Amino acid sequence: MRLLHRLPAGVKLAGLLVFALLTVLVAHVVVTAGLLVAVLAASLWAGPGCAETWRVLRGFAIIALLVFGVQAWQHDLERAVVVAGGLLAVVLAANLVTATTPMDAIVDVVVWLVRPFRRWGADPERVALAFSLVIRAVPATMELAAQTRDAALARGLHRQPRAYLTPLVLRTVAGARATGEALHARGLTD
Amino acid sequence: MTREPEVRLPAEHEMPAPDNEQTAPARRRRSVSARQASTDLALIAAFAALIAACSLLPALYLGGGLVPITFQTFGVLLAGAVLGARRGFLAVLLYLAVGAAGFPVFAGGSAGLAPFAGPTAGYLISFPLAAAITGFLVQRLPRRRLATSVPLILLAGLAGSFTVTHPLGILGLMWRADLSAQAALLTDLVFWPGDVVKNLLMALVATAVHRAFPDLLPSRR
Repeated sequence: MRLLHRLPAGVKLAGLLVFALLTVLVAHVVVTAGLLVAVLAASLWAGPGCAETWRVLRGFAIIALLVFGVQAWQHDLERAVVVAGGLLAVVLAANLVTATTPMDAIVDVVVWLVRPFRRWGADPERVALAFSLVIRAVPATMELAAQTRDAALARGLHRQPRAYLTPLVLRTVAGARATGEALHARGLTD
Repeated sequence: MTREPEVRLPAEHEMPAPDNEQTAPARRRRSVSARQASTDLALIAAFAALIAACSLLPALYLGGGLVPITFQTFGVLLAGAVLGARRGFLAVLLYLAVGAAGFPVFAGGSAGLAPFAGPTAGYLISFPLAAAITGFLVQRLPRRRLATSVPLILLAGLAGSFTVTHPLGILGLMWRADLSAQAALLTDLVFWPGDVVKNLLMALVATAVHRAFPDLLPSRR
């Protein structure tokens, strides 16, 4: 049951790719239904569990229903099942991989994927550093967005996104320059 | 014992690669480019985070919650217009990679690989290219005067979204939702008015940034 959690991230990502190709290449109702049942069982049993699977299903339900409706109307019921079911199966499989893989492991795969691009100036270590910078910067930027929005509201600029987006972006650039200086001073990007 | 500072990150003002012969001007040049590389890395990460914040900001929902309208594309094209083609492209790529790795930065706080499997994957995949095209054009535009800068950057942003984002978005809908070209185009049409408004906003903000930080983009070639 813990197998999915223990598999290397790269293997899971490659498996996801094969799974996605299967849903597209094998257009048959029985195959689609089989894949859907398999990924649903894996999600409930070994993966993200009931609540998380339901959240993803609910978020995707409207799109799946719409796709199903358009296909059933323009073609036939069989094709509607294959297209909407295949789509749902890949979304659930992708969610299964994300839920059973720690973020670090996926970042490691990304860093590994960057290695062949070294000769064109890509640096795996710098990519890893960029990841950690973004993850730290997202909450700070959200906070900054809330601050600039409050400031705009205080000036009575309710309906002007520009009034808070401009200071938000200017402060982001200024902050990034300070961060760049700090990285340079510590020799982190040498 | 100093380590060889290798500047591997693509920098807009990149200097020729240093060799082992260390003359004083060469050392100074390398130090300048290492500093530039640090700042570029910080800017790329900051704009990736900014796009995330733009995607997470309170959104408008069209079509009964089916189509979330956020400032996501505003952030994507702004990264191109403010940072230029290369750094803008990398900032958007980093944003997508952080989201794919599972950090909740996509519209509605979703994350992971699922958004790349759905019918709107074409839009996501087009974003780095749209930023690169917008940045490529803005780098070559006159940015001195407010009256010309805003409409020209607006056009550059529209060029970015209409040459890649909408075509790739439509292709994604055709492929993943198996829609006909016509049906996909009609679906895509829903985004057009919002897109123009967001591009105008982007042009206004980008112009303000260019005026506040004139050295952010290299001068016109």
